[in-house]
Amino acid sequence: MTVLQEPLVSAETARSIGLNREEFERLKKILGREPNWTELGITSALWSEHCSYKSSKIYLREFPTEGPHVVQGPGENAGVVDIGYGWVAVFKMESHNHPSFIEPYQGSMTGVGGILRDIFTMGARPIACMDALRFGEIDAPRMRSLIDGVVRGVGDYGNCMGIPTVGGETGFHRCYNGNILVNAFALGIARHDEVFHARASGAGNPLLYVGSRTGRDGIHGATMASESFDAESEQKRPTVQVGDPFTEKILLEACLEAMRTGAIVAIQDMGAAGLTSSTFEMAGRGGTGLRLDLDHVPLRQPGLTPYEMMLSESQERMVLVAKKGREEELEQVFRRWGLEVAKIGEVTDTGHAVLLWHGGTAADIPIRPLTEEAPVYRRPVAEPSDLAERWRAPEVPQPADPRQALERLLATPEFASKAWITTQYDHTVRTNTVQGPGGDAAVLLLKGTPAGLAMTCDVNPVYCYFDPRRGGAQAVAEAMRNLACVGAEPVGLTDCLNFGNPERPEVSWQFREAIRGISEACRAFGVPVISGNVSFYNETEGASIYPTPAVAMVGVIPDLAGVPEASFRNAGDRIVLLGEDRSEFGGSAYLRLLHDLEQGRPPAVDLDAELRLARLLRSLVARGLLSTAHDLSEGGFLISLAEACFSRLLGARVEVPLAGADLFSESQGRAIVACAAAALGPVLRAAEEAGVPAREIGEVGGDVLEVRSAGETFRAPVAGLHEIWSTALPKALGL
Amino acid sequence: MKAGVVVFPGSNCDHDVYHVLKHVLGQETSFLWHQDDDLQGSDLVVLPGGFAYGDYLRAGALAALSPVMGAVRRHAEAGGLVLGICNGFQVLLEAGLLPGAMRRNQNLRFLCRDVYLKTERNDLPFTWKLPAGKVMRIPIAHGEGNYEDSPERLDALEANGQVVFRYVTPEGARADDDPQWNPNGAARGIAGICNPGGNVLGMMPHPERCSEPILGNTDGLALLASAVEAGSRVLLETAR
Repeated sequence: MTVLQEPLVSAETARSIGLNREEFERLKKILGREPNWTELGITSALWSEHCSYKSSKIYLREFPTEGPHVVQGPGENAGVVDIGYGWVAVFKMESHNHPSFIEPYQGSMTGVGGILRDIFTMGARPIACMDALRFGEIDAPRMRSLIDGVVRGVGDYGNCMGIPTVGGETGFHRCYNGNILVNAFALGIARHDEVFHARASGAGNPLLYVGSRTGRDGIHGATMASESFDAESEQKRPTVQVGDPFTEKILLEACLEAMRTGAIVAIQDMGAAGLTSSTFEMAGRGGTGLRLDLDHVPLRQPGLTPYEMMLSESQERMVLVAKKGREEELEQVFRRWGLEVAKIGEVTDTGHAVLLWHGGTAADIPIRPLTEEAPVYRRPVAEPSDLAERWRAPEVPQPADPRQALERLLATPEFASKAWITTQYDHTVRTNTVQGPGGDAAVLLLKGTPAGLAMTCDVNPVYCYFDPRRGGAQAVAEAMRNLACVGAEPVGLTDCLNFGNPERPEVSWQFREAIRGISEACRAFGVPVISGNVSFYNETEGASIYPTPAVAMVGVIPDLAGVPEASFRNAGDRIVLLGEDRSEFGGSAYLRLLHDLEQGRPPAVDLDAELRLARLLRSLVARGLLSTAHDLSEGGFLISLAEACFSRLLGARVEVPLAGADLFSESQGRAIVACAAAALGPVLRAAEEAGVPAREIGEVGGDVLEVRSAGETFRAPVAGLHEIWSTALPKALGL
Repeated sequence: MKAGVVVFPGSNCDHDVYHVLKHVLGQETSFLWHQDDDLQGSDLVVLPGGFAYGDYLRAGALAALSPVMGAVRRHAEAGGLVLGICNGFQVLLEAGLLPGAMRRNQNLRFLCRDVYLKTERNDLPFTWKLPAGKVMRIPIAHGEGNYEDSPERLDALEANGQVVFRYVTPEGARADDDPQWNPNGAARGIAGICNPGGNVLGMMPHPERCSEPILGNTDGLALLASAVEAGSRVLLETAR
C-alpha cells in the first residue's frame, strides 16, 4: 500500500493547485490559522472557476430566470419547468471540453454521464440528450481521432443508458484546432410533486454514499478544467475520469426507485470535485454542517489520503441525505440493484465540515465561507481595439454560378449531412421520438398526452466573435425559430457558455456582451434561463476559441397532430418564404467557406420581428396548415431550400427576387414553409395579419431543384445534390 | 394471456416493449426480475433490448447465466413463446436457445437507423399476422448485430426454415453484400431466426419502436400482435 507524501502548505504549493495568493490569504483568514494540505485541496476545488463561477457570477445575474412555467431556476443541479399535465421537464447543458481534448472517448463519455446524473438527481427520468460539438479543421493534428473518439464516447454512454440522443449540432472551425468543445444537454421528466433538491437538512440525518468506489482518477479535474492548455497538457491525462455507463444505468434505476420510498431528504451526484463539491454544496445550500467519516468511504484500492478521497472524480457516485432511521429501506433498494451503500457521516448544525480519518481530524472548515460566500471577481473588461475594423462591411463577390456555389457549400463539413454522426447515436429508444436528428428541432412525444416536447441547440461562433451581443441574441432567436417551425412554444432555456481566458480583458468583454445579448432576447421573448454552465480557459498556447455561448431551448407543442417536417413532403405543395430579405454577409458562411473571408458585423437581430414570425409559425402549425417548415439560418435561402428537398428526394420550382450572392445572405427572422394549395390563401392572410412579410415563391415537385432569380435560372437534380451532401463528411474524414 | 418482460441490469428497452404490450395492445404485462427463477405465469416472455451487464465480456454472455434464464429455458422447452429483441436476441444466442453468434457490426460502429426486412416465415406464432410478401421498415440500434455461423450450420438453418427475417432492399430484394441494406454484414442477410419448434424468436430490429402511428411507422405492431394473439390461442387450446 502506497501513501503519497503530501507537500508542505505554502503560498507556492497553493498556487500549484490553482489558488492564488489573495485566495490563500483569504482562506487563512477564514480558518484563523494555516490550512492543512487537505483543507487547501478542498478550497482549491471549491474556488476553482469550474465550481465557483467566480469570474462569471456578476454577469450571470443579468439573466431573466423567472417565468410562469419556472419551478426551479439556476442554483440546483438542473432547472425545472412546468410542461403541463402534471409533468415537469428538468434540463441542463454542460461542457466537457478540456477532458475531451486530452482524452476524447473518456472525456465525452463522462460529459454525458455527468449531465445525466444532474438530471436524475432531481428525481427526473432522463428521456433525451443532445450534443453540441465544435471541432477544428478536419486536417488539423489529431482532429480525425478527436472526432472519432468524441462521437464514440457520446454514443456509447447514451446508447448503453438507453437515453436517445435526439439532436444537437456539429460545427468546424480553425479556432477549435487546439481546444474542441463538447457540450452535452440532457432532459428528464418527472411528476410535479416528485422533484428532489440538493439541500442537506436535519441534524443527525445520515449521509449515504452510493455507487462506484472511489479511486485515484480525476483528481483535480475541476482545477484542470479551470486552466488553459499548453504543451504540458498531455500530462494531465490522469485528471480525466473514466466512465462506466452500465453502473450509471443501474444507479439511475436504483435512485429513482429509492426516491419513491420517501426516505431521501436530499441527493446530489459527485461530479466535478467529487465528494467535496457534493457534500459542501448540499450543506451550503441547506445552511447546515456535516461530519464525514472518511474511513467508511468505499475505496477502489487502499491507501487513499483524505486529500485524494475528497478530490477524486471517480464517476457514477452519489451522496444522499437519508431520513434518520430509514437507512435500511434505502440500503435494500440499492443492494437489490447490486450497488454498494456506505454510511459516511451525518448532517450537523455546526456550519462546519469536519472530516474524521484514522482516529483524528483530517479537516475542519466552515462551509458557507467556502461555498455561498466564495470569492467573486469583476475582471477587467476591454472592447477589442480593432472593433471598427472588424465591423467594416465586407466586399461580397458575386457567384459566377449559384448552383456551383451551392454544391461547394453542401460539400463542406459545416453543411454536409451529419448522418455519419447521428446514426451512431441511438435516437429511437424510449419510443418517444417523433422527429429525431436532422430537423429544425427534435420532437418527442409526452406519453399519455396529445402534447409533445421540442428541443434545439444553437449558436454561431463566428457571429459571436464579431459581435458577441448580437451573436448571443441571434442564438436565442434562432432557437426560438427552430422551435416555432415544429409549433413549439418555448418554456425555458439552458446555456453552455464556452469562452477563453477571462483574465484577458477582451474575453471578459465578449462574455459580458454575449450575456447581454442572450438576456435581451430572452426578455423580449419571455423565455427564462433556468440552468447553465460556464466553461472558461478554452485557449491553447495563448489563443482563445471564438466565444461560443451555446443555448438549448425547450418548448411544448400543445398537440402533435399536424406538426410539419423540415422537409418537403408532397408534390404540389406551395412554397412560401416568410420574413424580410436583406443583403447581410457579416460573418457569413458564404464569405467564410467560399472566399476564406471573415469580416463584418453579423446580421441584425430584430427581436420584435422574430417574435412575430414565431407566433405566426406556431399558429399555422396549430391550425394544421403546414406540411413543411424550415428556418433560414447559416448559408441563407438556397441552403435551406436544398435541405428541404433531401429527405424524400423531392424537388421544387421557385422564383425569388434574390439575385446572386443574396441567395446566401444570412438575414435573420426568415423561414420557408410549404402547404397544400388550398391552404395557401389562409397562410398568406395569417402572415399579413401577423405583420410578417410573406410571398409565394413556387411549388414542390419533381426531382429537380429549379431556381429562377433575376432573369436567370439554374437547375440541379436533387439526387446529385443529395449525393454531395450525404457523402461529404465521411469523405472528409477519410472513411 | 400474460406477457412478461425480463429486466436484466442494463436492459433499456424493457419499458418500451412493456408499453406496447400493455398500453397499445392492452395485454396483461409484468416485469420479470433477472434474479427470480419464476415467470409469474407468463405465456409470452420477452427479452428486451439494452446492454445487460453492460455487454461486458460479450453481449448477452453474463445475462445468459441469470437465474431467470433457467425458467426461460424450461418455458421454451415446454413450447412457450420467447421473443428476444436486439440484446435479447444476443442473450438467446449466448444461452444456447438459438444457434449462431454475433460479431461486431462490419463497420465496427453502433448503428441506429431504419432497415428493411423480408419475412421468410409467415406461419409462426410471431409472424402469422404480418401481411405476406410485405417488406417491413423497422429501426435497428446496435453495435453487435453481425450474425455468424459456419456455412454448414447456416445451410441447415435455412433448410430447417429457421431464418425468419432477412435484411433486404425496400423492394424486397436480397442485397447481402451491400451495407446500405444489410447494415451490419450479417451472414446471408440474416436479421432474425427461430428455434426448430418456432416458439423462440430472436431478431435484431426493434418492432416495439414502430408500433404507434404518432411515431410515423406501425410496421412492427403486427409482429407483437401476432405473438400476443398466438399466446392467447395457445391458452384457449390448453383450456379445451
